[in-house]
Formats: sequence, C-alpha cells, structure tokens
Amino acid sequence: MSAPSVSAGRRRLAPSAPRRRRDDRRVALLFIAPVLIGFAVFYLYPTIRGLWWSFTDYSLLGEPEFIGLQNYAEVVQDGEFWNSMGVTLYYVVFNVVSQTALALLLAALMHRLTRSVVLRTTLLIPWLVPNVTVGLIWLWLLDTNLGFVNHLITGMGFDAVGFFTNPALGIPTISLVNTWAFTGYTALLFYAGMLQIPNDIYESASLDGANEWRLFTRITLPLLRPIMALVLVVSLIGSFQIFDTVAVTTRGGPVNATRVIYYFIYQHAFNYFNMGYAAAMAIVLVVILGALTAIQLRLLRASESQLA
Amino acid sequence: MSLTTQVSPAPVAVGEERPAPPRRRERRPFSIGRVLGWVVLIVSLVLTLFPFYWMLKTALTPAADVIRNSSAFFPDNPTIINFARVLGFLSPDEDRAAGGSGASINFLLYLWNSVVYCGLIGFFQTLFCAMGGYAFARLKFPARNALFSVLIAALMVPGIFTLLPNFVLVRDLGLLDNLLGMVAPSLLMTPFAIFFMRQFFLNIPVDVEEAALLDGAGKARVFWRIALPMSKGPLITIGLITVVWAWKDFLWPLLIGRDESVRTVTVGLGVYLQQSPNTQPDWTGLMAGSTLSVIPVLILLVFLGRRIVESLNFTGIK
Repeated sequence: MSAPSVSAGRRRLAPSAPRRRRDDRRVALLFIAPVLIGFAVFYLYPTIRGLWWSFTDYSLLGEPEFIGLQNYAEVVQDGEFWNSMGVTLYYVVFNVVSQTALALLLAALMHRLTRSVVLRTTLLIPWLVPNVTVGLIWLWLLDTNLGFVNHLITGMGFDAVGFFTNPALGIPTISLVNTWAFTGYTALLFYAGMLQIPNDIYESASLDGANEWRLFTRITLPLLRPIMALVLVVSLIGSFQIFDTVAVTTRGGPVNATRVIYYFIYQHAFNYFNMGYAAAMAIVLVVILGALTAIQLRLLRASESQLA
Repeated sequence: MSLTTQVSPAPVAVGEERPAPPRRRERRPFSIGRVLGWVVLIVSLVLTLFPFYWMLKTALTPAADVIRNSSAFFPDNPTIINFARVLGFLSPDEDRAAGGSGASINFLLYLWNSVVYCGLIGFFQTLFCAMGGYAFARLKFPARNALFSVLIAALMVPGIFTLLPNFVLVRDLGLLDNLLGMVAPSLLMTPFAIFFMRQFFLNIPVDVEEAALLDGAGKARVFWRIALPMSKGPLITIGLITVVWAWKDFLWPLLIGRDESVRTVTVGLGVYLQQSPNTQPDWTGLMAGSTLSVIPVLILLVFLGRRIVESLNFTGIK
C-alpha cells in the first residue's frame, strides 16, 4: 500500500531528526485518513443531517421543509411515542434484571466449580447466532398450536398459551427470549471479572470458616462492582435498541403491546415516510439515553473509588 | 460447607487462561451445594442447546409430519429436502410439493452474500482501525486527544439516529441493493474498533518499536513491519468480533439490500418469514434456513472458540 512512499518521504526528512520526533503529522494523517473519512461521512454528517431533519417536514421523497420546533412539540404530546417508551422501558427493566441475575449466578458457579472451556463456549452460542435466528427459533418453540413449549403445557392439562399473541405476554416473552440469547455472553463478562479476583482471598476466607454464600456476597460481589457497573451500562444501552427480535416475532403487535421505540421510529421513517418526525424522536431518545448513561457512569466512578 | 476447603496445589494465575488447565484431582467433600450448582449448570446447558436441537430436528422433518405430529422428539422420516429447497435446488413445483410456497428462495446465494459482506467489513474495518488506533496511541500530531474524544463520542449515539440519514445518503448515491452501499458505513471504522485497537497499542511495551526507530526506520515502517505483526492476536480478535456483529446485522442490510441478488442470510430469513403465510408458516423451511445461519457460527466456534471466549475477557475489562 502507501507504506513504501511514506518511508521514502521519511528518509528525505532524516536530517531534521529532532523535528521528526516531535511530530509525526504526515504519517499520522495517512494513518487516520480512512478512519476520519468514515467518521465524517457516516457519523458526523448524518448526525448533523438528522438534527436538521428534526426541524423539518420531510417525507423521504421531496425536500425537507423547515417547520421549527413543531416535530418536538408533537413528540412530547404524542401518546403513542410515550406508550412506545413505556413498552421499551418495561422490556429493558425485565430483560436487564433477568439477564444480569442469571448471568451472575452462572458466572459464580463456573468460577467456583469448573474452568471448562467447552462449557463456556457452549453458553456463548446463543449470543453468536443472529437475533433474527433466535427470534425464529423461539417463534417456533412457542407457537400456540404446534410449538414444543405448548405441547408441554397442554400435556400437563393446561390451555395453550399465546406467548406472542397475548398482549400481556408479549414483552415478558421477548425479554426472556433475549435473556436466553444474551445471558451466556454476560456471564462470561462476569466470569472474566471474577478471574481477576486473587484466589488467596477466597482461600483465607474459607479457612476462616466462611461459606460459599458469604464468599459470594462479601468477596465476589463487592470486588465485581466496577465490572458490574460496566456490564449494566452496556446492557442497558443495548436493550434500549431492541429491534430484530420484535421485527421477527410480533412486529410490534398485538395492539402495539410490543411496539418498542426502535420499531416505532422505524415505522415512522420507512412505513409512514415521516422522516422529520422520526429524526426528532431519535433525538429525544439520544437525550434520554445520554442522561441514563451519565447517571450510570457516575455510579461506576463511585464504585471504582470505593474499591480503591 | 465450603466448595474449596482444599488449597489448590498452585494458585491459578490471575486473569490469564492456561492453554491446558491442569485437572485438579484433589478430593473435595461431597456437598449438597456443589451438587445443586452442577445441576444448575447442566440445566442451563440443556436450555442453551435444546432450542438448537429442536431447530435441527424440525429442519430434518418432512413438512407434512410437522403438522401431523409436531411434538415427536425425533423425525420419523428424516429428510434433507428442506435444505434442498431453501438452498434453491428445487423447482417451484417441487418446492410446493415439499411444503414450501413456491416463492423464490436461495440461501446458497444469501450465504455467499453474507460471507462477502462479513469478509469485507471484517478485513477493512480491522485494518483501518488498526492504523487509526496506532496513530492515536503512538504518533504525535496536533489535536490528537481532542480528535480521539470526538470519535469516541460517536459510541454514545444510538444506531437508529445515524441509520436514517445514512439510508438516504446511500439511496441518493444510487447504492441501494448494492453491496458497496451495504458495507460502506462499517467499512472504514467503528468507534469501538478504534477504541479497542488504541487501547491495545497503548498496552504493549514500546521498547521494540523504539529500537527500530533508533535504527532509522520510519514510523510507518515500524507499524507495518513490527507493531502489526506483533498484534496478530488482537487483530484476529477484533476481526472476529466485527465478523460476528456483521453476521448478526439485520436492520441495515434489510434497508439497503432487500433485493435477492444482495440479500444476506438474516434478511433472507426475514423476507422468507414475511412471504410465508401467517396462519401456517413454513416451519420446516424456516428452520432449515435458521440452521444454515447457525452452521458458520459453529464452524467459527470450533476453530476459534478459545479466542472468542478470551476476547470477551479483553473487551469486557479493558
């Protein structure tokens, strides 16, 4: 690639060696050029453009037409938007809590019982599989008429359950499906954190007669807090962006019970062609996510200082 | 009762995995806690694997059998016809006879598209982010840290926000249903990969590179000849993570590459589900397609499983 010419250029500059050591702007420019172009074209430009659209009426076909703050005024008063945010929040809390608790349990068990790589690799498989595939597999397993799970349920004498068709069950079902998909991954993050805890702490504590529960609550949990906070930030932001599973299983239904915010924005942009309105909603989402992250990062910093 | 009353012969080195963990043979007292712990682990293994078994079993079952007896644990008449039809080997008539809708479906092509999509993104993003990460870690230039902070700030922007304008940009460039349009936004960088590579280069000792610099090598040469070859591990790791993410991508390729000629596996599955009647989805075909989306992941895992697992230690903690 461009390496030979660059080094040739360097050699010509060789006499002014001290200056070269202070500053590598020529090489640096070549090295960061692809990254900067990628950033400018696909991150910075769309951000500015999206901001602009949020102040316009834009249908994807014509030209954006400036309408001031009207989109934002509508978003704030839009019951469907807040319903969507509520649905998303319900999902996020359900998913993050179940996933974190289960992952912590699995990680602690692995940490204290086995170092098997096979076990860890197997637990990771659902995370490696596309969310679309995860959605399809569970759509089939939980199918009301033919699904395996409903065979078990009817076999025990109960009525078949409409996991994806009952509005009250939609979000819990999708939360648990994604818990299945992400718990192994989260567990491995916790497990990696636990490996950082020196073993002798456990050994001396158990010599002093501490049982496993005490070891977990008094050693593992407190020392894991920085990683816990990090994992929570990542899972929270990640769960807010749920789309694929919903798009495959319920498509926002029944009666909008699972219409999460990503899906709602997607519908406005690409089904109703309200690009301006969709952009305004996306910005409100950015603000909410930013606030949540800031709060969490503060907690993260607090836990780090406590550890030190 | 404690799980590890016995002191292990050698304390396990913290934070590092051994190639072959020594099997610890010391006797541990039997305890209900231990047994319960193992039960939980085994149950989670079964819960992890069973859905995949059911997927495969359904894929190997003739469509008529699934409706007749969907709870059978093994396929009565195992068949690979579902794979044949989703891979596009059957004519529409044969497809309908085997329980399909006769709609055009060609997972062989989708698999190929996905491989190209993931390969391009995995290779170029890794390369460019390694160069960028190295510059931010080792080279001195004006506004370096400010620039880096700006790049990293992009991590905070949810995907859907840049997705809308990026879709319009790709459309206006005439790159809809075009592989280049599909890979463009991820080809040059992601903030995460930059962050990851910079972090890695910051953590390796500078001695070797400095020695080469004293020998008169230019900074670019030091990168290509020394730093890059030293970083094979992290390069493969970030490349793997990038490929896995690209393999899982759905919304973006769905928006840009709906046309059959560039459809990826995930988009193919989504479109196939939509074409399938809502009242009676073509479960055997869908599960055959799902199986095809899982197989490459399993191959990756068999060959590079340890590296993937260990990459989590790195990304999770650093």
